[in-house]
Amino acid sequence: MRIAAVFAGGATLQSGAEIRPFEPDWGNACAGKHDREAIGFLSASWRLTRMGSRNAMQIAVIGAGVMGLVTAHQCALRGGRVTVYERRAEAGRGCSWYAGGMLAAWCEMESAEPLIGELGLESLAYWKTHFSHVVEKGTLVIAPPRDLPDLKRFAARTTLHEWIGREAIAALEPDLAGRFETALFFEREAHLDPRDTLAALKAKLTDEFGVTFVMDHAVTADAIDADHIFDCRGYEARDALHDLRGVKGEMLILRTKEVSLSRPVRLVHPRIPVYIVPRADHHFMVGATMIESGDRTRFSARSMVELLNAAYAVHPAFGEAEIVEMGTDVRPAFADNLPRIRRDRNILRLNGLYRHGYLGAPALARRAAEIVFEQKSFPEVER
Amino acid sequence: MDPLQFYGVSVASRLLLGTAQYPSPAILADAITRSDADLLTVSLRRESTGGTGGRDFWKLISGTGRKILPNTAGCHSAKEAITTAEMARDVFDTDWIKLEVIGNADTLQPDVFGLVEAARELSAQGFKVFPYTTDDLIVAEKLLSVGCEVLMPWGAPIGSGKGLNNRFALKAMRAHFPSVPLVIDAGLGVPSHAADAMELGFDAVLLNTAVAKAGDPVGMAEGFALAIKAGRLAYLAGAIEARDMAVPSTPVFGQPFV
Repeated sequence: MRIAAVFAGGATLQSGAEIRPFEPDWGNACAGKHDREAIGFLSASWRLTRMGSRNAMQIAVIGAGVMGLVTAHQCALRGGRVTVYERRAEAGRGCSWYAGGMLAAWCEMESAEPLIGELGLESLAYWKTHFSHVVEKGTLVIAPPRDLPDLKRFAARTTLHEWIGREAIAALEPDLAGRFETALFFEREAHLDPRDTLAALKAKLTDEFGVTFVMDHAVTADAIDADHIFDCRGYEARDALHDLRGVKGEMLILRTKEVSLSRPVRLVHPRIPVYIVPRADHHFMVGATMIESGDRTRFSARSMVELLNAAYAVHPAFGEAEIVEMGTDVRPAFADNLPRIRRDRNILRLNGLYRHGYLGAPALARRAAEIVFEQKSFPEVER
Repeated sequence: MDPLQFYGVSVASRLLLGTAQYPSPAILADAITRSDADLLTVSLRRESTGGTGGRDFWKLISGTGRKILPNTAGCHSAKEAITTAEMARDVFDTDWIKLEVIGNADTLQPDVFGLVEAARELSAQGFKVFPYTTDDLIVAEKLLSVGCEVLMPWGAPIGSGKGLNNRFALKAMRAHFPSVPLVIDAGLGVPSHAADAMELGFDAVLLNTAVAKAGDPVGMAEGFALAIKAGRLAYLAGAIEARDMAVPSTPVFGQPFV
């Protein structure tokens, strides 16, 4: 299947796409405003292609976590006719469900390779373009006085932050006033609620792009008849990716009206570096442990102690919070903790996002879609 | 040849490397290669609980072909440490155990009372115990008397990066136990700290945080390896005595050719 026309925005049109009369209301009623802005003015024929012409490229995506859904989106944007297969009854219930949703491209440079920063910037732009859920209020990184050397180390390993003192901390987060003498503020970072975002993404794919979802259905790539198959199963893909390992994470959701935070707060600590992400209705996500293990079944008492201790150190009112949820799952990772696209005939396996699901998936998906639709290659992730 | 032996087994490098806290397993593997460490400490508690849970990480460690010294990091009582050591013997198939009994979660100071108690029980069970201890000579004697043949005194608190906090006590320890293998365990920050320890006559150095949390762990691993070699050579070569006044390196009197 050859690509005949290439748009200015990078999207492609297949030759022989069936042209039907343009329906002017369709775009306004269904296509997101941001989509149109992102892609630029597209011809009517492209819209028809994405509504599903006979000759549209048949795309199958296995796995409806963040990786699968953004891949479906990137393929649909390029005119693919997409079917998403998910073994669970609902989308986004793997480790995407338990993520912090921090779009922390700069903070993550404390321990991640430069590639993560590069993917992170692109992904941040993606989320901001396509979803209204993104909260752009930055990240605050704090440490108890005796762990200031760790905060200095954090600062030395990262960029685009500002050292701030008591007054500025109080101005940003009034409830932390007087509790910390100094902090690092990463103004350009953002966060989102992963659960709301994936629900909105799935709705967008269904309503605007006509993507088909086959839920409660575990399939292997070999059993699917499609032009191209994107394997986005995360840790489940160990049958095909033998060098994939699991890094277990445990997280809590707390609820209290006694503390308000506007942005993610990271507590630097030699034993228990923890972040707290504010969510709607006085909920707070507290996470996450990092354990070299593929076991996704148990939440240990020790992890609970560590997470709660850290939350308590940020604000004692968390001691009175209700524990709404305890979650545990396994992050898929390769040995260098960097994501990859592996080609295997007409199958592309997108995996190894580690702790950078929301930060890495959109940028990885864009590359994967361009590999298929535009015959490009991306050596930085094709390893 | 400058052989180093623990419990009768030769170890090819005087740099012992911990395997926790690296940015990624790939960086850990590179750091192991560049440091040329022959003996790796591995924590049982978090990485291998639940049977097959930590299998992938363990596969990576065992794939390096290095000797393994499991530890009881994070254990706060003799009983807990003994249980962990028994599990470690099964998981890693070795009777070597680096024994840590921690007295305080924040300072990570060894609980020397629990340490001696656990060392006695484990030695009786046939374990080869490597105790993480302070620089206290009497505690050291007790550890030797219950069966330990190696001592691992701290340089400074774990992860503090301070270097040798009490050189006087450490020198006294070396003098007091001239033939017991002594390994500086914990508290080092930069290669010069390791060279310092080796120049004092310590037999080896165990590193983890200083390498794992460095900006470039792989480069730092090699830096430490070179420093440890340098310090060891200096100790064997015999250093000059420091003095207050200058001594000309070229004699000025009685030179035959003036």
